[in-house]
Amino acid sequence: MADVFDRVKEIIVDKLDVEESKVTMEASFKDDLEADSLDVVELVMELEDEFDMEIADEEAEKINTVGDAVNYINSLQS
Amino acid sequence: MLNGKSALVTGASRGIGRSIALELARQGANVAVNYAGSEAKAQAVVEEIEQLGVKAMKIQADVSNEDSVKEMIKSVVNEFGSLDILVNNAGITRDNLLMRMKEEEFDQVINTNLKGVFVCTKSVTRQMMKQKSGRIINVASIVGVSGNPGQANYVAAKAGVIGLTKTTAKELASRNILVNAVAPGFISTDMTDELTDEQREGMLGMIPLAKLGTPEDVAKVVRFLASDDANYITGQTIHIDGGMVM
Repeated sequence: MADVFDRVKEIIVDKLDVEESKVTMEASFKDDLEADSLDVVELVMELEDEFDMEIADEEAEKINTVGDAVNYINSLQS
Repeated sequence: MLNGKSALVTGASRGIGRSIALELARQGANVAVNYAGSEAKAQAVVEEIEQLGVKAMKIQADVSNEDSVKEMIKSVVNEFGSLDILVNNAGITRDNLLMRMKEEEFDQVINTNLKGVFVCTKSVTRQMMKQKSGRIINVASIVGVSGNPGQANYVAAKAGVIGLTKTTAKELASRNILVNAVAPGFISTDMTDELTDEQREGMLGMIPLAKLGTPEDVAKVVRFLASDDANYITGQTIHIDGGMVM
């Protein structure tokens, strides 16, 4: 669990250029991390590469917070 | 000018696409030559490019089919290591008067000439976003600006390409991906060779520079748009038509 979160966090910090401390499970990409819609698309792409999986567009649209992404990735890997 | 860059030109086995592929290669880019049916001609272009001392590959794909386009982009990136320049050139004509135009003639042209640009652009964007840079150059047509009797399908597609160019330019500007179009006028190709002398005279009368363009005239503008000299240009449609439409 922590492992996935750490890897996701690292990508978010790198892509969105935000403070590590801001990246919590509850943080919303758009509201708290100041990501625009293209940033989110790009993040999803990075996560697909990092975790070697494909996130369907319908699923990607439901990812609003860091926790959504982490939980989704965990659900696929379990 | 383009040393170390990688380019993919769709519909590059002949005509304007072939000239663009060769011009980019002359400037040092590695070039992937996409074709739909004419493998022998694509192979000839590849050999010509290799003689210029850069890498080349030919690759078959229907540009309107997303799965085959994704495969194509993947193989180009595998082969060249990056993909910096996409030239959406592939196009067909199925000319007919509106009243006689069959639905399938309309659909075929829209599929290849407009949907093809959408599919190739979408598929290449992932790679270019990762690279944080890229150039997309769409080959539209002057008739997409002016209209042309007998070409309702072709004109609709090319006008669509110009609109798509503007939207894509706005969406991807923040990622340093620049998207522009060129709009060739009457260019001397297989298509214009079929005209009668009378038709030719009529055409020349509409062109202030009073001559047909050459595929190289188009290729040189594409090369400019692909180069660092065009760093501050995006979303534009450059007319290459001897002044016919202003």
